[in-house]
Parts: sequence; structure tokens; C-alpha cells
Amino acid sequence: MQLSRDALLRSYRQMKVIREFEERLHTEIMTGEIAGFTHLYCGQEAVAVGVCEHLDNVDKIISTHRGHGHCIAKGCDVPTMMKEIWGSAEGTCKGKGGSMHIADIDQGMLGANGIVGGGAPIAVGAAMAAKMDGQGKVSIAFSGDGACNQGTTFEAMNMAVVTKVPAIFVFENNHYSEHTGVDYAVGTSGDIASRAEAFGMKVWRGNGVDFFSVYETMREVLDYVRAGNGPAAVEFDTERFFGHFEGDPQRYRGEGELDRIREQRDCLKIFREKVTQAKLLDGADLDAVDAEVMSLIEASVEGARAAARPTAEDVLTDVYISY
Amino acid sequence: MARMMYREAVLRTIFEEMERDENVVMLGEDIVGGMGTAGGPEAIGGIWSTSTGLFDKFGGGRVIDTPISESAIIGAANGLALSGKRPIAELMFADFIGVSLDQIWNQMGKFRYMFGGKSKCPAVVRMAYGAGFNAAPQHSQSVHSLLTSMPGLKVVIPSTPADVVGLLRTAIRDDDPVMFLEHKALYGAKGEVPDGDYTIPFGHARLSRAGQDVTIVTCGLMVGFCERVADKLAAEGIGCDVIDLRTTSPLDEEAILDSVEVTGRLIVVDESVPRCSLATDIISLVSEKAFSSLKAPPAMVTPPHTPVPFARELESAYLPSTDKIEAAVRKILAWR
Ligand SMILES: Cc1ncc(C[n+]2csc(CCOP(=O)(O)OP(=O)(O)O)c2C)c(N)n1
Ligand SMILES: [Mg+2]
Repeated sequence: MQLSRDALLRSYRQMKVIREFEERLHTEIMTGEIAGFTHLYCGQEAVAVGVCEHLDNVDKIISTHRGHGHCIAKGCDVPTMMKEIWGSAEGTCKGKGGSMHIADIDQGMLGANGIVGGGAPIAVGAAMAAKMDGQGKVSIAFSGDGACNQGTTFEAMNMAVVTKVPAIFVFENNHYSEHTGVDYAVGTSGDIASRAEAFGMKVWRGNGVDFFSVYETMREVLDYVRAGNGPAAVEFDTERFFGHFEGDPQRYRGEGELDRIREQRDCLKIFREKVTQAKLLDGADLDAVDAEVMSLIEASVEGARAAARPTAEDVLTDVYISY
Repeated sequence: MARMMYREAVLRTIFEEMERDENVVMLGEDIVGGMGTAGGPEAIGGIWSTSTGLFDKFGGGRVIDTPISESAIIGAANGLALSGKRPIAELMFADFIGVSLDQIWNQMGKFRYMFGGKSKCPAVVRMAYGAGFNAAPQHSQSVHSLLTSMPGLKVVIPSTPADVVGLLRTAIRDDDPVMFLEHKALYGAKGEVPDGDYTIPFGHARLSRAGQDVTIVTCGLMVGFCERVADKLAAEGIGCDVIDLRTTSPLDEEAILDSVEVTGRLIVVDESVPRCSLATDIISLVSEKAFSSLKAPPAMVTPPHTPVPFARELESAYLPSTDKIEAAVRKILAWR
């Protein structure tokens, strides 16, 4: 099925927002203004957007420590996210969570998560709720190649199978967990989908730097899961353009690897090539999106800098505390 | 004497113990850093630089880089320990005890007792703890109160490079499971370390400042905070005993009680949350055993009973500070 012009523009825009959000953070973090640990999603945009473009806010997702892309793709407000990363009282989590914990339950975004493997079991519970509600809703756990080695992820997959719930395990294989290669850490020669399959679910594989591959794969997956066939898993082969966290010297990379993946495996370039060659959109359409996105990011950063700071009293709110 | 950083003290001690005893092995996530990558083993060498070079020296048989699987890391440490090895397991962040708690709490802490004394579990679990980096609720916690509440575990919290060396040696040579908590903010701290094979026995606190008026009991990063306050107040003629517990299990009750008998005033300064905590434990000990010495109600300086917040303003309001400690000392002296 051909995507409409609007849908194409919207998908491109979402990927571009994620890209520029992260590129901007990369430069802002170097100045020391932003506190804490930040894990950037650049390179993987096609996955978050190719998955979430199929969803609406009654569908749930749960994310990882590398969560900005999932948040944006699922509809979290970009300026408010930026405020959260700046630690503002006006941020998504009032400055209490920061980059690793952005959540928006109303959007069906059950949170970025600082605990690797923390998300998948929660997604199963949300899938149970979706099954009870009986409206064809789904629940999606995003996990990395590293997270697939946690017992919690194993337990979640098996439980989803035996309870036959509409859970989807999306594995983003960017070939590294921190500084360790996937071939070393994932015993099935780095093949995550086959592992998920062994738990008894149907699995798919897709090219995680090509929006169209992700989008079309997810259409099949979602048709299958929404039809009540139980859980499914998908492995997307993708790339992380920055270090594990900001400040990572990345000495584990091969020579020229970063240049090569930016050159050959950039989902935005690939999208642009495909849609312009197929004459679905022209360069000027995309350039206009780029310009609009750059001003959104600029405004978000300015807004974050000017936003209200939390005060000492705020430490004691949003929790039961007797002393 | 050699001057070195806290993190170097950790690495050097592990290195020397692995050289001394071939049963000492180490395991954890990214402790080699670069496994299965173009950069190869030791491309990074562990995120805290506390395992750099161990793989090259001792090889992959004894320096085991693991997948992200904290339950299996601690479980494997248990199996190694029950099989005659002396594992040192690393949890990259202390917060990850959450994932591995069964292996810590129900397994390693209980073997010796529930097997009727017929087993030993000489495992060390090293973990980076503490706040101050805006690392948010799941990467900033102080878990020693929780661990101290679990029977069968020994809990060690070194505050200086010298103590790292002396206590880590004891931990590795101890036949019981030891939780070894390293504060992230101390890794770069420098200090003198005595030469030779020196060890520090567990359950012996260190009196880091001596005074007649107030007893301050503390551990880990907070020791330095308390020392600064004690030094400032000493100039005004106010004397504080600063007791660095070094180990919270076993606990040096005698050092605490002896001091309170002289000062009559107790303040516990700790980075873990207050309910059912190290602070309440020590206050209850003193209330029971030194009640008649007390001149004022014991006090505590801890964070509030909340998760550790992210934003700079929130985290600094959350944490104990020298100002809060100083205010507590002045308040206890002004009582009645
Ligand atoms: C329980 C737990 N263990 C370890 C970590 C430290 N850590 C954070 S991210 C990460 C690597 C995750 O790799 P992967 O799942 O592939 O995700 P990616 O970083 O590639 O997005 C590790 C080890 C953590 N946050 N939580
Ligand atoms: Mg990964």
C-alpha cells in the first residue's frame, strides 16, 4: 500500500525532528549545561518512526535508556521534552526524571527506562490490559541487543506467549551494548529474532535504517497481532551514530566505521533518495521540512533555557512521604 | 607510602590479589570493554577504569566479561564461590542489585547458615553507588542500608584510597559474601596508601576527627563532608568526633558508644534514605545502650524519603550537605 504524500511528509518530519533533537543535544552537552547521562538515538530514527506511525495513543510503548526517539515518535511534546532534559520544572517529568525517564502516559508512552531489561515485562502487563479491553490495542517493548540478554526479557517473552497477549517485542540491533559487540554477547551468533522465535512466537526481521522496510514490516506484524494471534517479535538491524553515552571515546569501533555508517546507513539520506527517485516528493518539500524542524529545535532549546527551575520544595512532591 | 586515586586503589588491589591467589576471578559487564568489536578486548577497559589491564594480564578464563544479565552474574559468582573460587563480581551501578536481588539476598546471604555451616561463599560484589551526578532515580542510589538489613552479608564502604586497599584485601580473603560499595564521586579522590600487604579488619571504625562535644557517625562520601564541618567548627572551639564506620555489617558498636559516652550528642550523617536505615539503626543502638549518656535527642542528616531526583537544584536539595551537617551540629549543641 502506497503511503500518502501527507504520511510521507509526516514520517520524514518525525525522523528529522529526532535527528536534529539529538544532534543539538550532542553539541549542547559538550558545554556542560545539561546534567546527567544522555544516550542519543541518532541513526535509529527509522525504527522508532516506522513503528510508531502505525500507532495511536491507545496503543502503548515502553522504551529504554536511549529513549528520546521513541518519545518523539510516540507523540511526546518536543519543547516539553527539551525542558525535561534541561531539568526544568516545566519538563515532561518536572525535572525529576531527565533524559532517561521521559514518559507521557496519556500518549501511551510508558517511559524511557534506566534499567536495561526493565521494560519488556511491563509491556506484557500493558498487553494483558489491552487484551482485556478487547479493542485491538497493542503494547510494544523496545529493547536493544544488550537488553535481550536479561532474564526479565526472556520471562516477558515466554509469559506473552503463554498468555497469548498482543505484545510486540521490537529489538533494535545496533550491534553494541555499551562497548561490547553483539556477536560476543548474544549467543545465537548475534541473531536475536531466532531467540524470540524459540520462545514460540512469530518473528520478523527488517532493515532498521530504511523507513520503508520498518514501516512495511510493522504493518504485517501489527495486522497479525491486532488480529488476536498473540505476541510477535521483530529484529531491526540498525546503527547508532554517537557513542553509548555522551563522552564515550568509542575505541571499540572499526577504522572509518562512523564515517561509513553516516555515509551508507543514514535513514534520512536513504528516505530522501527513495522518495525523490520515485518522484513521491521532491527535494524542496523535504528542505522545507528541514527548515521548519530546525526552527522547532531552536525554539525548544531557547524555551528550555528560559523555563522555570524546580525548587527545593519540589523534591517532596509526587511521592508518599511521612518524613 | 604511595599516592593514588581511589579507583587506582581498587584496580591495584584486585590485580595484586589475582596475582597472589589464582582462585581470585572477576566478572561483570563491560569489565573488559570491547569484546566482540573491531577495537578488541580492552578497547575501553571498564567504565570506572577499575578493571583496566586485568584481561591482558590474567586472560579471559579469570576475567570474565558478561552479557547484561545481573541475576546470572551474581548467581555465577555464587556458583564459583561454592566451587572453591573467590569471585569478584562487579555491578556497574549499585542500583542494579534490583535485578539480582534473589541471588544476593536469598542465595549468597543464606548459604552458610541454611547449610548448617557446611559451606563458604567467599564472593565479593563490588558496586558503584551514590548520587551527585544527576544520574536520576535509577542510577544514583545508596543501597547500604538495604544490604545491611540482610542477614549473612558483610557490607563495606571505603572512604579513602588507603581504606579501599585494606578493606578490599580483607573482603577478597573473607569466606563470607561481602558487598563492597564504591562511591562514584570518590573514584577520582587521591590519598596515601601504605606499602606492603596491609589489611583492615571488618568492624573497626576509623576516628577521622576527634572532639569532645558531638559524635558524628558516617560512612563513604559523607566522611569528607563531615570532616570539613568538623574542621570549620574546631576553629570555633567546637569539637566533633567523626567516626567513619568503614563497614556497616559488622558494625563497630564500641566505637560509637565510647564516643557518645564522652560527647552525649549523636548525629548520623548518611546518604541512604531515612526509613529503616543505617541512621535509624545507629540511633536506636545508642538509645538502647547509651541512653543515660545522652544530653540531647540524637539527630540524623539524610536525604528525604524520596527517590533521587534528576535536576541539579533537586539533587542538591535532596543530598546532605556541609551546610545541613553544620546546622545539625549547632542545633544539637543548642538543645535546651
Ligand atoms: C540492569 C542494567 N544493567 C546495566 C545497565 C548499564 N547499561 C546501560 S545501557 C547498557 C547497554 C544496553 O545495550 P542495548 O540494550 O544494546 O541498548 P543500546 O545502548 O544499544 O541502545 C548498559 C549495560 C543498566 N542501565 N541497567
Ligand atoms: Mg545495542
